[in-house]
Amino acid sequence: MNLALSAGQRSHRAWAETIHAEWTKLRTLASTGWLLAGVVALTMAVSAAAVAAAAGAPGLDLAKLSLTGIQAGQAVVVILAVQAISNEYSTGMIRVTLTAMPRRLSVLAAKAALVGGLVLAAGAVAALASVLAGRLILPGHGFTPANGYQLLSLGDGPVLRAACGSVLYLALIALLSLGIATAVRESAAAIGVVLALLYVFPIVTSVITNQHWQWHLEQIGPMTAGLYIQATVGVHALPLAPWQGLGVLALWAAGSLILGGLVLRFRDA
Amino acid sequence: MTVITTYRSPVQDGRDGFGQLVHAEWTKFRTVRGWVIGMIIAIVVIAGLGVFLVFASTANVSCGASSGTSSGPVQHGSACPGAALTLGPGGEPVTDSFYFVRQPLAGNGSITVRVTSLTGLPPGPVQPGLVPWSKAGILIKQDLSQGSAYAAMMVTGGNGVRMQWNYTGDTPGLTGAVSAASPRWLRLTRDGDTITGYDSTDGAHWTRVGTVHLAGLPPTVQAGLFATSTQYFPISTGFGGSNVNDVQTAATAVFDHVSRSGAWPASTWTGDNIGPPTEGIEGVAEGYHQAVGRFTVTGMGDIAPAIPGPGNSGAGHNPIGFYLVGTFAGLIAVIVVATMFMTAEYRRGLIRTTLAASPGRSRVLAAKAIVIGSAAFATGLAAAAATVIFGTWEAHASGYPLWPQPWSAELSPIIGTAVLAAGVAVLALAVGTMVRRSAAAVVIAIVTIVIPYFLAYASAVPAGIGTWLLRVTPAAAFALQQSTPRYQQVQAYYRPMDGFYPLAPWAGLAVLCGWTALALAAAAYLLRRRDA
Repeated sequence: MNLALSAGQRSHRAWAETIHAEWTKLRTLASTGWLLAGVVALTMAVSAAAVAAAAGAPGLDLAKLSLTGIQAGQAVVVILAVQAISNEYSTGMIRVTLTAMPRRLSVLAAKAALVGGLVLAAGAVAALASVLAGRLILPGHGFTPANGYQLLSLGDGPVLRAACGSVLYLALIALLSLGIATAVRESAAAIGVVLALLYVFPIVTSVITNQHWQWHLEQIGPMTAGLYIQATVGVHALPLAPWQGLGVLALWAAGSLILGGLVLRFRDA
Repeated sequence: MTVITTYRSPVQDGRDGFGQLVHAEWTKFRTVRGWVIGMIIAIVVIAGLGVFLVFASTANVSCGASSGTSSGPVQHGSACPGAALTLGPGGEPVTDSFYFVRQPLAGNGSITVRVTSLTGLPPGPVQPGLVPWSKAGILIKQDLSQGSAYAAMMVTGGNGVRMQWNYTGDTPGLTGAVSAASPRWLRLTRDGDTITGYDSTDGAHWTRVGTVHLAGLPPTVQAGLFATSTQYFPISTGFGGSNVNDVQTAATAVFDHVSRSGAWPASTWTGDNIGPPTEGIEGVAEGYHQAVGRFTVTGMGDIAPAIPGPGNSGAGHNPIGFYLVGTFAGLIAVIVVATMFMTAEYRRGLIRTTLAASPGRSRVLAAKAIVIGSAAFATGLAAAAATVIFGTWEAHASGYPLWPQPWSAELSPIIGTAVLAAGVAVLALAVGTMVRRSAAAVVIAIVTIVIPYFLAYASAVPAGIGTWLLRVTPAAAFALQQSTPRYQQVQAYYRPMDGFYPLAPWAGLAVLCGWTALALAAAAYLLRRRDA
């Protein structure tokens, strides 16, 4: 029967089966559900704490403030994405996987699609809840229309962009982590590399006195540039436009996936 | 009849002393290529980021030259790097800017005054116009140059009567604010190079506040009345950053009952600005007014050690310890290696061999802690030493103004970085022993040790929360990297990013050691109670 299928149909079917196999692995791990719940809970909790602690400084970026939790939630996203591949190496499962599905790049692509999709779903819940928390809590702290602050609303273009962009940001962080973990294999080392990559740029730019270097480092840092997507105030003063910033993060993610793909393809498992 | 003897192995018993155990763990550490590479990465990251910071900070040094004020001391509010710092008698950078109504004193003698009022401009946080360290009183100074030796008795805006000398010395006298109803009498007596300060509330009953020796004081010195007032820093913080605005203030003091004894050759008083006149308040000028035995003196500036950091008196000059900022990234590598030093044993099943060979489980943990702690200590030492050496070299080569410091002061952040790395490594090892799984252990260790530092350092959270994080989390031990002292008698903007931590270095180390001891105890307990 398979012989009757055209080449296109066969490859389509192989892809569907790869996805299905990877989905079964992810779905049946208890940790996946817990980590996704952790992304939502941590993001919401930190966002709510940030808006509750907000003081009335002039020109405050309320959308960015109410999405503060994304910066905490991303740590959980990193664990989820790294575990998706490094668990296979630590248990030896990778040999079974690659025996059953010898097209190694398809395996990585399937993992990327599934992890990305799951993080998009969890991120959407987290971002919506964060914006809602901001909308409910902020007016109680004096951020009312009477004081010149609009109520947070997803009907507002920049706010919608900040919220949707934050969801995409989390998904891109997941892909970046997956690519690095595929290249590094060891979960501890991969998590160390990703977190160092995220935090080294903001630390260095906060102490550097040279504007020129500060500007460029913010432009190329995956976290600094990626989070421009959350800005709704003073957008024109940013080193990059919001979508350009998210594009920088996308380049990082693509680069790490290519690196991971090359290592997976050419190195013994 | 045959005699059956039990079999005894001809091989001699192996020794299993603690030394052998440490040696075995050292062999494990040294033969895993990834772990050694991880430690080398830590060194490269710390030193590389430090040298990059020096390099990236040198490009805008020329701003003083372009505005035509490249020479002369740093003034308040100056953010221009490259301007020369005034050095005090001890070689430390100082601020020395005030209004001085003085006469020469040729030999021994004394001066006594009564202060009836201290007010200030513009309205400040303590009482109208006064900052806690607005100062006015009497002063004996080596000469009129900035940075020369001095001793002074003064009333302050919020800290009572003080005796201060040579910029860093400070002793409290009477408490409470000065007013016409509650005046303060001050007296300084000179005997050779010994100066003694007294205070009194009524001019009859005197209390000695302090006696200081100003080495090498010339026979003729300058003595008289002074007033000065520093800036204050209303800080607005929130999530996403803090803003600091420095506001210049002026202090005006009223003196009467001025009396002198001893060798005062001149008969009239002369008013001088020490340092260039401070500007900053519209319509307020430094100067003095004398009428029927009553002196009114107005001054701006400060007489104090200079503090590095933007907005502070030593802006633009960074202590070399500042360039150790890459430590946090290097520590992530150390944490990964230290955690895996234990979790890898569980992943490979090697832990069973380890515990079969050496059944004393706590001893195994102790041996591992010694090995990983020593390796991390060496890593931190090498990284910090390389940063300081290459950073200093790079700064000299490119003309970047470093904070003048004795070499012993640069040694303390180097040793501090090594101790910090060792403590963090042992803590991460303990976490790895408790959690067993690499991913979870590494995230827990990084989130509790490094992320609090990041949040406080990059001003990602309000300053209050950041200070709290640097007091209670293991990140408190970053205080070991502080290379310039924090003076309680100098009001300045002490931020982590300028190298000032809320805890003293030893206290920060104590916090880290407390966490490490707790984690090690829990790890030893779990290691003994759980099956491997």
